[in-house]
Amino acid sequence: MSLEVCIKKRLGKFLLDVELHTEPGVMGLLGASGSGKTVTLMCIAGILRPDEGRILLNGRVLFDSEKRIDLPPQQRRVGYLFQNYALFPNMTVERNIACGLCREKDRAARKKAVADIISRMRLTGLEKHRPHQLSGGQQQRVALARILVGQPELLRLDEPLSALDSHLKDQLVVELRHLLKSYGRDALLVTHSRDEAYRLCNTLAVMEEGRLLGMGDTREFFADPGTRTGAALTGCKNIVDAKKAGETSVYVPDWGVTLDAGKPVGDHLVAIGIRAHHFGGAIGENSFPIRVVEEIEEPFEWTVKFMYETQQDGSMPVWWRMPKAARPERLPERLGVSPENILLLYG
Amino acid sequence: MDWFPLWNSLRIAAISGVLVFFTGILCAYYIARLPRVVKGILDVILTLPLVLPPTVCGWFLLMIFGLRHPVGQLLQQIGVRFVMTWYGGVLAASVVAFPLMYRTSRGAFESFDETLAWSGKTLGLSNTFIFWRIRMPACRQGILAGAVLAFARALGEYGATSMLIGFTPGRTATISTTVYQLWRTGDDAGALVWVLVNLAISAAVLLAVNLLERKNRQGRRAV
Repeated sequence: MSLEVCIKKRLGKFLLDVELHTEPGVMGLLGASGSGKTVTLMCIAGILRPDEGRILLNGRVLFDSEKRIDLPPQQRRVGYLFQNYALFPNMTVERNIACGLCREKDRAARKKAVADIISRMRLTGLEKHRPHQLSGGQQQRVALARILVGQPELLRLDEPLSALDSHLKDQLVVELRHLLKSYGRDALLVTHSRDEAYRLCNTLAVMEEGRLLGMGDTREFFADPGTRTGAALTGCKNIVDAKKAGETSVYVPDWGVTLDAGKPVGDHLVAIGIRAHHFGGAIGENSFPIRVVEEIEEPFEWTVKFMYETQQDGSMPVWWRMPKAARPERLPERLGVSPENILLLYG
Repeated sequence: MDWFPLWNSLRIAAISGVLVFFTGILCAYYIARLPRVVKGILDVILTLPLVLPPTVCGWFLLMIFGLRHPVGQLLQQIGVRFVMTWYGGVLAASVVAFPLMYRTSRGAFESFDETLAWSGKTLGLSNTFIFWRIRMPACRQGILAGAVLAFARALGEYGATSMLIGFTPGRTATISTTVYQLWRTGDDAGALVWVLVNLAISAAVLLAVNLLERKNRQGRRAV
């Protein structure tokens, strides 16, 4: 599969300007709310019309402002899983799923395909139920069945798990992963959750304020997000202004310390990020005296907020996180961080 | 006793009810999509009959369709005349009842979850199917309420009707104009009969609505 998107759209003050091409597999579109992820999906679906640009799916033109092509959503063959699943409340599960097959004219074939997918999606016995009688997970399976039965060329999932309780969420991530794999469909997944992105996507594209900041392999992206926004979206708690101090070292004015990054530092460095669980009392590198400001107990972890002895008054405390079992009797007086765990951020 | 007013009122209310049902829904659906300024202006014009006294509506109708005015004269040349005819009553009742249908169904459409229509489109469903099989059922409660209100309003219309079609026994008399006419001529007993007829019809309509709603709710629960 290949999807090529290059569109501009103005919505009030918001300007969407995206250039995106997808890789095979599941691609994640990661961004804070209001960054334009959903608008992008809607443009691809044909629900919103871009001001200018082109959208190509497997070489098929879906939209081209110059050639004045704008296929209606019905002809685009891209399945769209909405955040709230958008099941038709007045229809049974069976009828809902049959709606996904309206292109198929042969009634017997339609019946068989619906019956097939109902058993594959483990919905047997629920055929005559209405959407409001189903659990969140069942609703999601019905919505997916309804989309997959029509064999779309591309699947788009808009925050598929955000409407669910957290204990259900973990279960459904696993289920969704399995489904996406077993159907072998390429998919574009919109999310603001780093966990979902990490577990479901092979590649990630990061959006901010209507623009694409960058894309790449999911693991690489988490290891080196490259920008402040990227670091924040991957859940990095400590992001702080920094300057290049030497070939491999950075100076952090707020903390009053110079850290060894263990890799070459570019001239246009603007900030560094350190994940909260990468600090440690036993780490000798980049070790400086600290004082603890606050301790917060969480279900399975301790979060400790601390200041470096040299830290500017009024600057934000630094977050340190450790599993409960790893908490020492007495909190250390110095904390270190390995050079490879210092994220260099350039934007 | 002459039952003509009953028959006349029912046909006027039924025909204008059907007319208003479809035009109200279509206007509500399409006007919701227009740019804001146009929408605002049309909204005011279409809702005016609801707030104006019916006699003012009647006056406007006479100014347009009256036999001394261009539109009325033009229509008369092709054999259509709204003044002093029973289908003038349909016109008057429709104009007065329209805003009720328009307003209530617009409210229903506005509270419709648009993602349902979008997902229908991406699944390949036609716009007609989406409108009649997804949007309308989801908005059924509001549309039904609007239709009942519009029908009831058309049945009870007095002001605009009496101005446009007057009161001619056996030709344009409706229940409401008959009640007024009988009371005016001191026939209290005659007026009472028509008042009772009116009460019976209203009770029947309300009962029907309640039954319909209960049936709907049961249909939804039982699977």
